[in-house]
Amino acid sequence: MSILEVQGLSKNYRQTSGESTAAIGNITCQVEAGEFVSFVGPSGCGKTTLLMSIAGLLTPSAGRVIVHNKEVSGPPPNLVLLFQEYNKSLFAWRSVLGNVRFGLEARGNRSANAAKKAQMLIELVGLGGFENHYPWELSGGMQQRVAIARALAYEPELLLMDEPFGSLDALTRLELEDSLLALWSELKTTIVFITHDIEEAIYLSSRIWVLSRRPSEIIDEIRISFPRPRNQVSTRAEARFMEIRNDIYRKIRN
Amino acid sequence: MNALKRFNGSGWLSFGLLLLLWEFGSRAAPKLQLYLPPPSQVLAALGRSAVSGPMVAHLSVTVGRFLDGYFLSAMIGVTLGIVLGYFRFLHNLFETLIEFLRPMPSVAIIPVAILMLGIGDSMIVAVTVYATVWPILINTIDGVRHIDDVLIQTGRTFRLPQWKILWRVILPAASPYIVTGLRIGLSIALILVTTAEMVAGSKGLGFFILDEERSMNSGNMYAGIFLVAVLGYTLNRLFLLVEAKAMKWRHGMMARQTA
Amino acid sequence: MRRRKFHGFLFLAGLMVIWEIVSQIELINPLIVPPLSKILKNFTEMVLSGQIPRQILLSMKRAAAGYFLAAAVFIPLGILMGLSQRFYRMLIVTIEMLRPVPPPVVIPVAMLFFGLEDEMKIFVIFFACAWPILLNTFDGVRNLDWVLLNTAKTFGLSRARTIWQIILPAASPQIMTGLRVSLPIMLILVVISEMVGSTDGIGYFILDSQRRFKVAQMYAGMLSLALLGYLLNQLFNLLHRRLLSWHWGMMRRVE
Repeated sequence: MSILEVQGLSKNYRQTSGESTAAIGNITCQVEAGEFVSFVGPSGCGKTTLLMSIAGLLTPSAGRVIVHNKEVSGPPPNLVLLFQEYNKSLFAWRSVLGNVRFGLEARGNRSANAAKKAQMLIELVGLGGFENHYPWELSGGMQQRVAIARALAYEPELLLMDEPFGSLDALTRLELEDSLLALWSELKTTIVFITHDIEEAIYLSSRIWVLSRRPSEIIDEIRISFPRPRNQVSTRAEARFMEIRNDIYRKIRN
Repeated sequence: MNALKRFNGSGWLSFGLLLLLWEFGSRAAPKLQLYLPPPSQVLAALGRSAVSGPMVAHLSVTVGRFLDGYFLSAMIGVTLGIVLGYFRFLHNLFETLIEFLRPMPSVAIIPVAILMLGIGDSMIVAVTVYATVWPILINTIDGVRHIDDVLIQTGRTFRLPQWKILWRVILPAASPYIVTGLRIGLSIALILVTTAEMVAGSKGLGFFILDEERSMNSGNMYAGIFLVAVLGYTLNRLFLLVEAKAMKWRHGMMARQTA
Repeated sequence: MRRRKFHGFLFLAGLMVIWEIVSQIELINPLIVPPLSKILKNFTEMVLSGQIPRQILLSMKRAAAGYFLAAAVFIPLGILMGLSQRFYRMLIVTIEMLRPVPPPVVIPVAMLFFGLEDEMKIFVIFFACAWPILLNTFDGVRNLDWVLLNTAKTFGLSRARTIWQIILPAASPQIMTGLRVSLPIMLILVVISEMVGSTDGIGYFILDSQRRFKVAQMYAGMLSLALLGYLLNQLFNLLHRRLLSWHWGMMRRVE
């Protein structure tokens, strides 16, 4: 039984001029519990719209989204979306600890051990020692970690991530990719990841859906069977890695 | 620019209801009428004065003082602001002085002005200039100091003489900030003119409004207030019109940035 | 940076010396511009005798009442208008009609209703501080980033919790700006209203001193007003730092 089912999803936008443009054409796919899957596509192809629709923040123009056998009409209770602009998403008036505790509070946990749990999560994402710092005092990579910790504090079954590492420098990105994989294998959350970085998608996921340009449709589904835990050096060095990458690249370009 | 300006039915409706409440509430309570005459009476007073009345004379006096004060302030404020903003040394020199004078409400200068200039036009214009120069000056300095050094270096590369740099590069580059200062100065100037007229004047709308209050002619008083509000609104509109023309380049730039 | 300030101070001190000299040798009529020493002497006397503090206290009583009343009414109103488009459209026409009225012009109206009592000044200040507080509050609530609001949604927050836990804290810097901008407005209006219609207060004191040709006293009053303005500013900054320490830190870093 899949944890997430997308059936014939499409989304149109009405422009101010009155015309409507289609952001998503027709998306159908299924995600099993505990998987790490990615959507890859060119910039502006509607990936964010897709994720927001799955997260229940946008109403589809056609088709539907089913999470845990229930149709989505509004943000489902066991799902969290991590936004691309993490600096606009974090709460500037709360410290790191405060932000992470928010995830717990949203779950209904205001007890005394909430602080301890938050502390544990902060250390899990590698921010031990920064509990009392405020978001503006942290670097981009660290802010993104706070956002991840906050999302994990909510204990979601489904974690949707919208190009979370897009605005970080290359080295930080690699670090966070590995941190994310470590968290994922430990917490067994289902992760739906979108990115325009093909190699990142291959490195992280078990399955990839390749999206076309606007209006997005699924061009191809690719299974990634590199062994886990993945390694930045050895996994990426495999010949098959580049083959898949070139394959996806060609498909997107057409 | 996003259009979609639907007519605000509920807004005008509630405003209209308020006016009606005023009209009938005032009529129903004759004792109240002395303090709060019905709007119909106010409009009547306005109409009478528009044709043949002292109000028009007072209005032109106020407008004259406003124009004198505002344009004088603009010239002084912008020039001084550019000079102080550009020449760092001068700015350092004057900075402490400015910080000292700023916290004092500019209206406190009125008694000094009366002492020095009596209670005529010159006092009122002087007070207006003192108060209005501040926002223009501060915003101009801000604008000049925020100019990217690259722009100034470009001017130097072209071997422009100092005054030309100020006129052709600095002034236009700082103009958004200057415009902000000028806009704030607009309302301040009107406030100061009417205030000074109230405190010590024998002519002008400020004086007129106070005088009518003293004589318990509330109808005329409200009419005068309405006139001042209309004056302020008109000046604002005119300013926006001129600004749109003069700052067309910036509007285009801003539109592109938000797209 | 310190050398900058030093130059500025030197310049200011130089000006003060020039003032003293110019007035003492009667280059300028000392009846209109008395020597600085005389003014400072007068100022110290009046402060120590309690006369100036008394007037300032009277003025501040009225000013504070009007200011806090405006905050108490217009912050909630601004929040409501920011949250409900319908509410906003209902009120905005009336607000736009009242806004172009320069606050001092309202003084005679207030005098009709309240005479020369405290209530007159409180009303005028209330009216004057309304717009910056209302508009800034409204702006702060309205212009919150959609990412923030969607974050609240994805974490399943109820509407009430979203307003209380997210919208209000996020809008508070802008609300603070409205309160900050209203501070000098409050000061200006209390002075004006006392000059036009009062028998006490610092504004009346300054004008009255001028009328009685107690010129040094007049300048002393102005000096006390400048100091008051400065102190209020510092007090506000202190409160800002306390209440919105997170924002204070953010702002300072940008500088």
